Formats: sequence, C-alpha cells, structure tokens
Amino acid sequence: MRMSEFIIKEAISANLAGDRKEAVIREMVENLRAAGYFKGNESEDVVKAILKRELLSSTGIGDGVAIPHAKHASVDRLVGAVSLSQKGIPFDAVDNEPVHVLFMLISPQERPSEHLRALEGVSRCLKDKNFVRSLRQATSPQQIWDLICNNDRGA
Amino acid sequence: MTGNSYRQTFTITNPHGLHMRPAMAFVEVANRCPGTVTITRPGTDAPVNGRSILGLLSLGAEQGTEVLIEVSGPDAEQTIKSLVEVLQKDFDVDEEPFSGEA
Repeated sequence: MRMSEFIIKEAISANLAGDRKEAVIREMVENLRAAGYFKGNESEDVVKAILKRELLSSTGIGDGVAIPHAKHASVDRLVGAVSLSQKGIPFDAVDNEPVHVLFMLISPQERPSEHLRALEGVSRCLKDKNFVRSLRQATSPQQIWDLICNNDRGA
Repeated sequence: MTGNSYRQTFTITNPHGLHMRPAMAFVEVANRCPGTVTITRPGTDAPVNGRSILGLLSLGAEQGTEVLIEVSGPDAEQTIKSLVEVLQKDFDVDEEPFSGEA
C-alpha cells in the first residue's frame, strides 16, 4: 500500500508543538479533524482509543520512531498522519530514546488487513535509512509530502 | 536440523495478522537468544532479522500466511518454541475497539 494513499497531506506537521506523548497525539488527531476526517466530537474518542492502545504497550519502536494507532468507527477507510517533533517526545519507546517521527494510523474497525498493509508500507519506508534521515531534516509539510511521494514512486 | 539450528514453519492464526504487538513480543524473545533468529515468508521475501520490529512488520503477514522461523545457537530449540508460543498468543483480546465508555 503506497503511503500517499492513506497519509493525509493536510494533516502533516513538521514541528509538533507538544512535548509529551498525550499532547502530540492530541495534536495529530486535531490535525486530522481539521482536515475533515472526524465528525463532531469523535476526535476525543479517537484520542482515547490511541491512548488506550499506548497503555497496552508503547508504539515507540526505537530509533526515534513511533506508530500510534487505533481502530475507530469514525473512519470508513484507513487514514494516516505523519508528523515530526523537533524537540523529541518521551514515548516509553523500546530503546528509551525520544521520538521525533510519528506515523499515526486510524483504521476502520473490521478491516484488519488494511491496517496491516499500512504497517507494512510504513515499516518498509522506515527501513530506508536515507528516507528517515531526509524525513527528520524536513522543515515543512510540503517537504515531508514530497518525500513520501518520491518514496512511493521508488517503491 | 544442523547442529544447533532449528527451523519451523508456522501459519499465522491471529485474525489481525502479525501486527505490532505480536511483532514486538517476538522481537523481545529473539533478543534474549544468543544466536541468530530469522523469519521468512517462503517464496516471497528474503529472510528478515527476527530482532527487527520493522523487519517483521514489513512482512505484512496476514492470517493464513505461512512463515518460516529459523534459530541457531545455544538453546535454539527452546527459543523456537518460545517464538511459536508468542505467535500463537491472542494479543487482541485486550485490543477491542474503543467503545467510547470511560
């Protein structure tokens, strides 16, 4: 699954304001809401779902990356957001390092294969050290989007 | 089997496939193994380092996918049993869709 198929360009942030896990998760969900992806007050429910998942085990997979995610009825297709934290976020990651790159995935409740395909796509990109290095150096949402699209073309 | 090397095929039974929680649990067990651990989707991808979360997730192994686990080194037989136990575990009983209730 190409990342540009589910990453929402309008929700990309190159400089998250929050300095804690819950704050950046709220910020990323709010960016998706502002881009039109949740109805009414569903965004708070989505935040709770993601935080609930984080309580089971952190999605900080190491090397400064986290993939917070949840299934939720408010989406009828998988949507994602990618954002950067310049300051680094304590995320209880497996290597105890702060997180700078976050890929958020919100998937429909009854379509596990879609979520798995997205995880596959995200992880294949993140295995590319050059892609991750370029991503971390990005200073604008447009740069991040261009990197994602270029990566999709090369996949 | 050759020396302290063991191989076992396993068909993913989890309806949600090899997603993040089982992948991280697999890596946790693999990290305790002093030898090498690889996991492969036969006929498709090259063997993946069993200690790499990204490697496991990049397999995109859905329910019904057959994977080949290979372990070498001391305690290889016990390690492969532990890895299979991880893949058999139902992680998703804790991960029901959020109902919105507090």
